[in-house]
Amino acid sequence: MKTGTVNNVAVPMAKPGTPGKNGKKARAGALRRAAARVAALLASLLIALSMAFMLGRLSGDPTTTILGPMATPEQREALRHELGLDRPLLVQYFDYLKGVFTGDLGDSLQFYQSNTSMIMDRLPFTLQLVAGGMALAILVGVPLGVLAARREGTWWDRAASTVALLGQSVPVFWFGMMLVVLFAVNLGWLPAGQSGTPAHLVLPALTMSVYPMAQIARLTRASMSEALAEPYIDAAKARGITGRRVVWRHAFKNAMMPILTIVVLQTGILLSGAVAVEYVYSWPGLGQLALQAIQFRDFPLVQAIVVFGALVFVLLNLLVDVIHSIVDPRVR
Amino acid sequence: MSDVVQKGMPGGDARHPRALEQTADPERGAPVLEVDDLVVEHRNRRTGEVFRAVDHVSLRIGAGESVAVVGESGSGKTTLAMAATGLGTRGEGDIRLLGHSLSSVGRKQLRRLRPEAQVVFQDPHGSLDPRQSVLSGLRELRSLQPERTSWIEDTALLERVRLEPSILDRYPHQLSGGQAQRVCIARALLMRPRLIVADEPTSGLDVSVQADVLALLKEIRATTGAALLMISHDLAVVRSVCDVVHVMYHGRVVESGPCETVFARPEHEYTRELLAAMPGARWRSRQ
Repeated sequence: MKTGTVNNVAVPMAKPGTPGKNGKKARAGALRRAAARVAALLASLLIALSMAFMLGRLSGDPTTTILGPMATPEQREALRHELGLDRPLLVQYFDYLKGVFTGDLGDSLQFYQSNTSMIMDRLPFTLQLVAGGMALAILVGVPLGVLAARREGTWWDRAASTVALLGQSVPVFWFGMMLVVLFAVNLGWLPAGQSGTPAHLVLPALTMSVYPMAQIARLTRASMSEALAEPYIDAAKARGITGRRVVWRHAFKNAMMPILTIVVLQTGILLSGAVAVEYVYSWPGLGQLALQAIQFRDFPLVQAIVVFGALVFVLLNLLVDVIHSIVDPRVR
Repeated sequence: MSDVVQKGMPGGDARHPRALEQTADPERGAPVLEVDDLVVEHRNRRTGEVFRAVDHVSLRIGAGESVAVVGESGSGKTTLAMAATGLGTRGEGDIRLLGHSLSSVGRKQLRRLRPEAQVVFQDPHGSLDPRQSVLSGLRELRSLQPERTSWIEDTALLERVRLEPSILDRYPHQLSGGQAQRVCIARALLMRPRLIVADEPTSGLDVSVQADVLALLKEIRATTGAALLMISHDLAVVRSVCDVVHVMYHGRVVESGPCETVFARPEHEYTRELLAAMPGARWRSRQ
């Protein structure tokens, strides 16, 4: 053991542990944790798929919608046979699972097209909307939350909290309509609906950003105010590190994880169908498609959209875990 | 302050708080920290109630001296230390760090002054950024204050606090309590401070490590000439490291003087109680 001397007394040197052995153990532990996480996500995906399948079967007979009330029982039976609905439920279920894992989500009863290709056609529009909305939500929500945490208890804090509370309580469809009335109808600055140019994106993205913005602001405030109270913040200030650097490099970096998690999860929720916003602005995204599918009782399409949403959610959850392990050395 | 007891401190009026300025031996160096009639109050935001954490306290620490402030939890000693280093509520009264009054210096000057007084906190793990390795923490300080920190290499710095260089790649959660506290001391030392404020530096550590850390602080004081302000509730710790002690009770300094004198002949009731509560006190009194 190495020693140093203090006041002529030999003092043992603080010795780090054995990194080789510990490193291997830590890596094995991390792999085990990652495998468990992937298994859990796959299990939740399977549950979501099964629920989508069951709900589709519980929502009534699609042949009524397709053939109308005047169709004869023979016609219905023929259609049921064509759609494969006369087979045992379990056979249908495994067929459906097989399809999902090979990328075949079935065909729409309403549009006579492959569900997968329809989802892929609409996805870019929803992606635009979600990207715009989330960017706005982050750009406003994070600084608002940080400001509130830094000025805790002041009127800045109260103002930011009020904005966040309003954002979370205002109904999205109402807020969307108010924006249309103000900016499209009265002022005539922006188009009220449809898509095509960047100007078309402004109002829908703004509407979409309100709820996640409020959530991000509230979480940022809570997370930052906790981080700012940590002793390492005082320690950093005591070393002469400047206020802004302390806030962003030290406090925010440590407060970031819950914020990042909520951003990714909100993105997942919005991606799998921003129904209200897309409806108000006639935006041709996945939300509109889901609405049309539900109205027509096009259960293969509804099922496909639900499956797609679940898949997106599971993948984003995995992304959160990966980011977490990159950002936080304690999780590695 | 009529109940302040001062012992063996020449030339001071024991009944006046300013008398405490005399605690340091003038020959040991210029004043590093002077606290004059400090009052710090905390206001409860909900009830509006005001709590006086520090009540007319004065003290003076000269270069190379080691001064302790002892007292139970809630006696105001940490508030005093935080105010004295410009980190906490500054309160009323005058605090002069290296002759500069903290209440009159601007933000920029305060930032320049801060590295002169380094704090070693009670919770060594809590006072290190969990996402920063030891190396990147040192690098950050070096990039912010290149001139001040260029005096020593990383490995030599770690050797000063008796840590192996392999510790550089580690994150706080990979360090033991003793190692983390040594890293904190190394970070403080890197700034070449004129004053080290140690706020209960050993209370979060195992008993076996406590002695090492205290010995390290003592050695650093001896070799760098930095003054040491030790905040502690542990009289044994204070006795082993400090020359002068101030006993705080309910925000006030109730007794001050050289450690040996105060410990041998405590005059204030509270000091006697503190001493009686020390582990082994009964055994010592029987001796």
